[in-house]
Amino acid sequence: MSRLAVVVFVIVCAAFALSWVLRAGATEGDHAVRDAFLVTLSAFMTLAIMSFMYRDNPYYKFAEHLFVGISAAYWMCVGFWSTIVGNLVPRISEGLSDFFKVPYSGGGLDFDLFFLPYRVFYLIPIILGILLLMRLIPKTGWISRWPLAFIVGTFAGLNLIRYLQSDFIIQISATFVPLFVEWQGFGDFVSRLSLAADGQFIAMLSNLVIFLGVFCGLVYFFFSKEHTGWFGGASRLGIWILMITFGASFGYTVMGRISLLVGRLTFLFRDWLGIISS
Amino acid sequence: MSVPTWERIVGNIGVIIVLLLIGGGLVWLFVRALRGKEVDRRVVFAFILISVAAPLLLTITFEMKPTHIVQELYDKIDNLPAGSRILLSFDFDPPMAPEVQPMADVVSRHVLTRGHKAVFMTLWATGQAQFNITLEDVIRRQFPNAVYGEHYVDLGYKAGNEGVLNVIRTDFKKMFPTDVNTVPWDSLPILEGIRSCSDFDLIISLGGGKPGVKEWVLFVGDPTGVPVAGGVAAVVAPMLYPYFPSQMCGLLGGIKGAAEYENYFRDNHPDHTDMETPAMIMMGPQTVAHVVILAFIVIGNVLFFVNRRKEVKR
Amino acid sequence: MRREIPLGITIFVGFLAIVSFFSPPLEALGEDFTLFFDIIAVFAFFLGGGNLVRIHANKLIKKKPDWIYSIVALLGFFVMLAAGLFKIGNPGDISTSVTAPGSLFAMLYYNLNLPLGSTMYALLAFYVASASYRAFRAKNREATVLLLAAFVILLGSTPFGTVLTSWIPDSFDFLEIPNLAVWIMSSPNLAGQRAILIGIGLGVVSMSLRLILGIERTYLGEDRG
Repeated sequence: MSRLAVVVFVIVCAAFALSWVLRAGATEGDHAVRDAFLVTLSAFMTLAIMSFMYRDNPYYKFAEHLFVGISAAYWMCVGFWSTIVGNLVPRISEGLSDFFKVPYSGGGLDFDLFFLPYRVFYLIPIILGILLLMRLIPKTGWISRWPLAFIVGTFAGLNLIRYLQSDFIIQISATFVPLFVEWQGFGDFVSRLSLAADGQFIAMLSNLVIFLGVFCGLVYFFFSKEHTGWFGGASRLGIWILMITFGASFGYTVMGRISLLVGRLTFLFRDWLGIISS
Repeated sequence: MSVPTWERIVGNIGVIIVLLLIGGGLVWLFVRALRGKEVDRRVVFAFILISVAAPLLLTITFEMKPTHIVQELYDKIDNLPAGSRILLSFDFDPPMAPEVQPMADVVSRHVLTRGHKAVFMTLWATGQAQFNITLEDVIRRQFPNAVYGEHYVDLGYKAGNEGVLNVIRTDFKKMFPTDVNTVPWDSLPILEGIRSCSDFDLIISLGGGKPGVKEWVLFVGDPTGVPVAGGVAAVVAPMLYPYFPSQMCGLLGGIKGAAEYENYFRDNHPDHTDMETPAMIMMGPQTVAHVVILAFIVIGNVLFFVNRRKEVKR
Repeated sequence: MRREIPLGITIFVGFLAIVSFFSPPLEALGEDFTLFFDIIAVFAFFLGGGNLVRIHANKLIKKKPDWIYSIVALLGFFVMLAAGLFKIGNPGDISTSVTAPGSLFAMLYYNLNLPLGSTMYALLAFYVASASYRAFRAKNREATVLLLAAFVILLGSTPFGTVLTSWIPDSFDFLEIPNLAVWIMSSPNLAGQRAILIGIGLGVVSMSLRLILGIERTYLGEDRG
């Protein structure tokens, strides 16, 4: 450890202690000291991650590793209590249900496969789950393909129907929009022609862009035919539509990322430093 | 005419100083770009930090008009008869929370204000903890008369993503035999008469990842016909537009959507004029940061063309 | 056997998921199998945790570079795990939610997981700004279109856009930046996203079919299709 690193470490520790004391003084309630410690801890974790903006450093690495460890355990615990205890235990054992204080539901036979009672039937996911964990042991890792096959098969079966209906059939049908909106003749159209956002012209233009845009976008993705002639023209229009789409996505991505930074700075200014009120 | 207070004068001076600082800095960058000189990335970082921090400290807020897609969700909740059943799924995690939590709060507030029955659940393990924030900040604080189990209920999290949706589409109780605190389904009056997702009048998914609004549309909305709406992080909002309005009845996209909803809700509910409006407050820094990023795009392009011209001359 | 059984499992559960959707008598069986899937998903979380412990323990034992941080990861993991599994400090009894406010688990979540996770992604604000400056260039016509669309969306999503074009008369209000932004989102963006959506949808459907029919076997560790 270099001298500079030691000095920085001492400064960070001193700043933490100072922040804790000042925050505790400003915090009301029975647990002021504890709450002040927690807010200070949150703030220092925030700053540790932000320090990466300068360059990679031990404080960032510390925070990053802590996050990975805590996150994994969080999902495990919530998964255990919500689904293993909440859904599996009540179906396999009355004793375990009593222990975990969850209502036992094994009495009612929900489904009877090959005359196997309800409880045995629900041993299948336990066995498959344990087989999945065998992946942690290199020699027996191959057997984890069984539960993996179950996961893959279920996903494939569920997705096949849903994507076909929602992302294909309904999307295609929604693309066939009327190209003449509120059409009452050419004369009427010309007399009402304006660039008002809710006007007839813009409504027709929008529908035309949707219809042509989807068609040309799909043409661009069609690689079995050379993109020349009218097909090439449609493909080029498709690229333009896709470019506008990506531009819109970029704009929204910027908005999203800035919001996250605002969120963190709000925490630092309001909850930690107390320099803004809301 | 109002008498200028010290706070206002200092506030205005602060705004002017910040604008001069940012504007001056951008002009400096522009001049450098005209000379073909780049700047270190840390300078760009500093600009972003200042453009976000300064409006926050000076509390610059803006009024927002709701766009059509936001208005649709508002009207949907508003027009349902009191006592309608609404399912709210908190499908987000801390990284999405700055954008989605304000939506979750204001939509939950609207649902309870209208006297609907709110059933909360989540497809993300983190959503279970995020719901507690709405529970403490909105439900318990602002709706002290709302009774748990009667006016609202928290069913918590279940693992399995689309698998969960596939089960609750036909049999809700099979997936959620109890609420989050293991209170049996049958002893919660709010759940009486609910067998599947089809028994809800509206489903609102608040999220931005997978599973999220898209999965709710695909696995529940389309097969059952129950209206689905969403509040999502800005990153995924453009991808959901193809589902509106045939498969999705409204969408709040990013902090802008949340701010529009907050503004509109507050304007239409005089008893909530003093409510917290985190999304509207966030629109101040958002605006300044957007302008700075636009300036960066312009400066970057000037730099690009200047350097290209130099290369051509060589 | 190492490949035939998993292949059979995929085909069986895949077909069951499809058939149960169309056949009410098989609906309950389909639900049960989906429930199995949900339970196995939790074991996948355990696998993730186990893998994390294995990797970091290995790094620690072999004293690989930055091994000291593995202690942090493992410590964080085990403390959080203990707090969650034993519901340390939970306000109620064993039946109370693991995330109940007041518990050690919730405390660790709100004061460590939340700030760390949020800030990790908040950093992207800086990088997106840096990318705008360095990479967002009007190199050709297509890139210019992308740039212009982004420009309108960025301006239109803030009140600044409204102020900038509020002088435009009502009969031309389509040209106001916020209206243009809304139009871009609901017309060209919708069209482009829909084209992508249909493409992906077809891809998912064909891949699902390949999996269920046993044509696609790469997930079993085989290269041949």
